[in-house]
Amino acid sequence: MNYYWNWSIFFDPAPDGSATYLQMILAGAATTCIIAVFSAAIAIAVGVPMGIAARQSGMVGSAARAYVELFRNIPLLAQMFLWYFVLPELLPRDLQILVKQSPDGPLVLGTLSLGFYSAARICEQVRAALNAIRAGQWQAARALGLRPVQTYRYVLLPRAFRLLIPTMTSEFISIVKNSAVILTIGVMELTASARAMQEYSFQIFESFIAATLLYLMINFVIVAIMSAAEVLSGTEADRSATRTHRGGKHG
Amino acid sequence: MAALIDMKLVSKWYGDLHVLKECTASVTKGEVVVICGPSGSGKSTLIKCLNGLEQIQKGTIIVDGIDLGSPKTDLPALRSRIGMVFQHFELFPHLDVLANLTLAQTKVLRRAKAEAEERAMTLLKRVGLEAKARSYPAQLSGGQQQRVAIARALAMDPVAVLFDEPTSALDPEMISEVLDVMVALAREGTTMVAVTHEMGFARQVADRVIFMDGGEIVEDAPSGGFFEQPQSERARAFLSKILAHTAG
Repeated sequence: MNYYWNWSIFFDPAPDGSATYLQMILAGAATTCIIAVFSAAIAIAVGVPMGIAARQSGMVGSAARAYVELFRNIPLLAQMFLWYFVLPELLPRDLQILVKQSPDGPLVLGTLSLGFYSAARICEQVRAALNAIRAGQWQAARALGLRPVQTYRYVLLPRAFRLLIPTMTSEFISIVKNSAVILTIGVMELTASARAMQEYSFQIFESFIAATLLYLMINFVIVAIMSAAEVLSGTEADRSATRTHRGGKHG
Repeated sequence: MAALIDMKLVSKWYGDLHVLKECTASVTKGEVVVICGPSGSGKSTLIKCLNGLEQIQKGTIIVDGIDLGSPKTDLPALRSRIGMVFQHFELFPHLDVLANLTLAQTKVLRRAKAEAEERAMTLLKRVGLEAKARSYPAQLSGGQQQRVAIARALAMDPVAVLFDEPTSALDPEMISEVLDVMVALAREGTTMVAVTHEMGFARQVADRVIFMDGGEIVEDAPSGGFFEQPQSERARAFLSKILAHTAG
């Protein structure tokens, strides 16, 4: 292999206006973090109520299940194009101009797209976690006079969140990785920055090794935070998981 | 005396399966009624209908003057006045014992936290577990969990307490500690409806025994009479099996 390694490239000035390539690629990482944080927030805010709704009978349940099927069965890339190219055309004229002219338009639409896509996945995880809680817990809460909303708020959701931590960890990591799809609508996130650096400098290995390391760092931070959350909540959850039916014949 | 719980011609189906067939019975204030019968006879289903946890398709159930089937009935409010103890305890594992006892007091009855905790501690003392107030359910034995569950039901100051096989999930050595609490409650005049196979408990404190088989109430008799002279062949067969097992 005849490759010219040049790690000092990161301290060279970048042609896009950044002081150095290092700053350019770090700015990309920062954009990736912003996309991930807001997408995850949307995914939780939409996905958790949707997971509860999907368990209901009637119109509410059907609507939630239809949402899940729509958003998880279309490739994220196709959804992103729909959000970016088609959705603005459906907006009222003033809003349309705002979205198309704003330099942050692609970032906002891309983040919304990733958030609503991930919400469908979180919905299913919440539904699965709630279904994993025995029916007796629902009955016990109802027998005490708690209303359905109170039963979710004080009994089912606190337990579901403990069950959700491992799958949520994977989901947040997926969101970080899927955020790279946003480069297709022109957002300079981490992968786009690495690609731009490669095109300007021809140092493809250095560019993508830096991007790889930054993705790993971001995801290690997520794993660390979620592990801490698991330990904190696990003080009770571990005991109950192993010993709820201590002394029980039918446990 | 007017019945506290009154059910008339109650029928229930799960799809095509007819699980309750025109069940009629009543419970007056202060009475202790034991429901027994073979597995699958519908007794657990029947008791869960009494606080509306299970829906019925036909008949009426009136509890403390309130018709459970009426669309105007506020079921959560009614349930808060009927205690229920489950086979698998169903304590909330993410809450400690004290929080298990205060949750519904504060959220449903709107009691102040201090008042709810005081009531909880009084009841924990009564079931002999005041030292476990800060433990989590999974740190307790099955018998202790069930005593906490009884205290949780009593914390709501219910007009009646329903027991759905309260000792069936317990190891033999833990059954008596739960039964002792139930006997004490019965002697204090608590209105109780208990689905149980503990015939010793039934003999000791029950005023009446309801025997079910195949979704029907086959016998409804004063407990003395039921044990000495069961009227139906099915009850005699059931009793001979149960008592032979207990004696053995």
